[in-house]
Amino acid sequence: MARSLPGFLAQIVAVALICCSFAAAASIFQPISDSHRSAALEIFDRSFGSLEETYEALRTFDVLGLERKPDVGTTACQSVSQTLASSSSNLKDIFYALKVNGVLKCELDAESVEGTVSTFQTAVGSASSLLEFYHSIGGLVLVKDQALKGDLFLADAEGAFRSIKALSQSDGRWRYSSSNPESSTHAAGLALEALAGVISLSSSEIDQSLIGTTKNDILKLFEQAEKYDDGTVYFDEEEIDAHESQGPLTSTWSVVRGITSFAAVTSGNLNLPGEKVLGLAKFFLGVGIPGGAKDFFNQVDSLACLESNRQVLSWNDSLCLIAIPLILSLPATVNSLTRKDALKVKVSTVLGSDAPPLMVKLVRAKDTPAIESQELKFDSENKVHVLETLKKSVDVGKYIFVFEIVFHDPEHKKVYAVESKAEVPIFLTGAVKVGNAEIAVLDSDLGSTETQKNLDFAGENLVSLSANHLQKLRLRFQLTTPLGHPFKPHQAILKLTHGSKVDHIFVVGSTGKQFEIILDFLGLVEKFYYLSGKYEIQLTVGDAVMENSFFKVIGHLDLDLPEAPEKAPRPPVQPVDAYSRFGPKAEIAHIFRAPEKRPPQELSLTFLGLTVLPLLGFIIGLLRLGVNLKNFPSAAAPALFAALFHLGIGAVLLLYVLFWLKLDLFTTLKILGFLGVFLLFVGHRTLSHLASTTSKVKSA
Amino acid sequence: MGRSSTVKETQALFQSLRSAYAATPNNLKIIDVYVGFAVLTAVIQVVYMAVVGSFPFNSFLSGVLSCIGTAVLAVCLRIQVNKDNKEFKDVAPERAFADFILCNLVLHLVIMNFMG
Repeated sequence: MARSLPGFLAQIVAVALICCSFAAAASIFQPISDSHRSAALEIFDRSFGSLEETYEALRTFDVLGLERKPDVGTTACQSVSQTLASSSSNLKDIFYALKVNGVLKCELDAESVEGTVSTFQTAVGSASSLLEFYHSIGGLVLVKDQALKGDLFLADAEGAFRSIKALSQSDGRWRYSSSNPESSTHAAGLALEALAGVISLSSSEIDQSLIGTTKNDILKLFEQAEKYDDGTVYFDEEEIDAHESQGPLTSTWSVVRGITSFAAVTSGNLNLPGEKVLGLAKFFLGVGIPGGAKDFFNQVDSLACLESNRQVLSWNDSLCLIAIPLILSLPATVNSLTRKDALKVKVSTVLGSDAPPLMVKLVRAKDTPAIESQELKFDSENKVHVLETLKKSVDVGKYIFVFEIVFHDPEHKKVYAVESKAEVPIFLTGAVKVGNAEIAVLDSDLGSTETQKNLDFAGENLVSLSANHLQKLRLRFQLTTPLGHPFKPHQAILKLTHGSKVDHIFVVGSTGKQFEIILDFLGLVEKFYYLSGKYEIQLTVGDAVMENSFFKVIGHLDLDLPEAPEKAPRPPVQPVDAYSRFGPKAEIAHIFRAPEKRPPQELSLTFLGLTVLPLLGFIIGLLRLGVNLKNFPSAAAPALFAALFHLGIGAVLLLYVLFWLKLDLFTTLKILGFLGVFLLFVGHRTLSHLASTTSKVKSA
Repeated sequence: MGRSSTVKETQALFQSLRSAYAATPNNLKIIDVYVGFAVLTAVIQVVYMAVVGSFPFNSFLSGVLSCIGTAVLAVCLRIQVNKDNKEFKDVAPERAFADFILCNLVLHLVIMNFMG
């Protein structure tokens, strides 16, 4: 545990606690900000594989107002020209190539444009699946919007409209093709965008009944939308493992694109309630900063569609709009009374642009009658609404403020979608005074005080007390808010730590203003494991709105407890210092056997010489006896055998010397086997020859 | 008087021994010299051990036993080769010699292994 946290750090911890403990009904959404922009620069900072990814990156940068790298533009334009010129590109690639061109405005030659237009026209005529319609019609719309070719119309617009409509289902979803029974909301979005494209490309007006049924489909689709308690609205697929499903973000993006493009080309009311549009905006903003490129693109593109779905019609005055959502956000939900922070509220569009002139009103605070309704002043420099004077009777604590937005121009109410009553949790923090603190040791029977000391939590002095098991320890203090009301913190905890690191934790209870805890050691003897000795006393008082939460060692207590009986529970084993258990052990000094004393080398060599002497004596003795080699056979064959016999014996003796020097027993035995057999054979021949010679001499 | 007779008698004893010994065939004398050589080598090794201590005891044993062993085998050869020995009349001396060689080779293999 850290030693005394400064108040400011405690406040940051409090904010973190607040962010984790939100009730679903009251939540904050922040519009797109600079942190989004820097995250986008990081996420999209790589080379792109396909034209689709390139388009996503370029569109995101465009919406966020970021500079793109120059080489990205040139390589992308090259890729676009190649794709349009090649005849083997499929519809999807050409479609995305044109989308990229829409952002980059590359130079394209007219021939390839003509080629793509004709590809698309034939594709529309022969399309059977939703994706084919989407890519081909979308491509033609892009060609028209980028003014690459004038006077572009669909040959059979109404037929195309009906074919796409045929794939719709009764619950508002769409199927991908007539052969595939799976339906999805993602497909619904694509279909609506394709239908909008058909309407914009038709030379004559489409039958109004068809458009009317499509509008009904949109409303039915919104009935399928998922909702959260805080008003967030989003679309998800029914079957998770459907073939094209990529998550709620992609499905909702597709629907938003679909309805905004549809609304842009039709007249009359779409009858989409403003709360639903606001709910969609909340969903995208609630994602925060996405981690992946595709999620980022989906979020940013949808928010851009929601913000800028104005349409310019040249022949029709009545604009059918989907309401533009406005977000009420607070840069800081934690305000400090000690610093006299003013509450700031910001109202902006989802992309962070300015809202039309309006006024923000604090209607009330939930469950707190003390806060009355008041208007917030608009600071035009910082574009925030400021609540300057929080009445003096507002104390520290957690509140839920209810804000209302009132437009200066009542017409704007139809154009913009805002929350009717925005509920925002606010934390007002302040310094809590700790007073009348005292610690005492009481005698149990009479309640008389043996020692009593006053505590000063601001100072550093530690008290020193002593007690035995028949006495009690009493700690008292009072907590008051800046306005003088009694304050009940989240944590008021007393901890007693023994020298052997065994600790005991108690909660300090309160009655009204006073916090008091009485530790009766008679009952706690067993809990303390009969450990007598010096205990350190620590007090922790903390709360989210308390700026000066503290954790303090008050002093020491010398506790005298009776001896532990045999059956008493042992104190729990304290965790061993990891380094002492897993660290290096003491060095072991090995004791080796002292080597034997060897004789000096000269002595050994002398005796080696002495050993040779008898051999010399033997040879001399043999010579004196008149040893001769007369019996050595003279004939060739026996002589050879005799010679081999002697050589064989010599070889065996040499083998023995080698055995002693470096061979091992098995090798020796192997070789000895061969030599022995050889020797036996040769020796037998020699000796039998000798024997026969001798017997001849004898008999002769 | 008694002492000189004892000395004279011992001298006479030695003389008769020498002359009797001179009559032994030459090959037996060769074997005798060989035995003497082997035993002398063993004695020198024992003296060495007495001087320096028996530290690599196995080496000492193998050295001494090789000498003694080969001496014993030579004595056996002498017994078998001696023509005066009636028991071994039908054993050809060459056969005895071959046994001597073979047993010596086996002995020395074991000695070499034990010496370390």
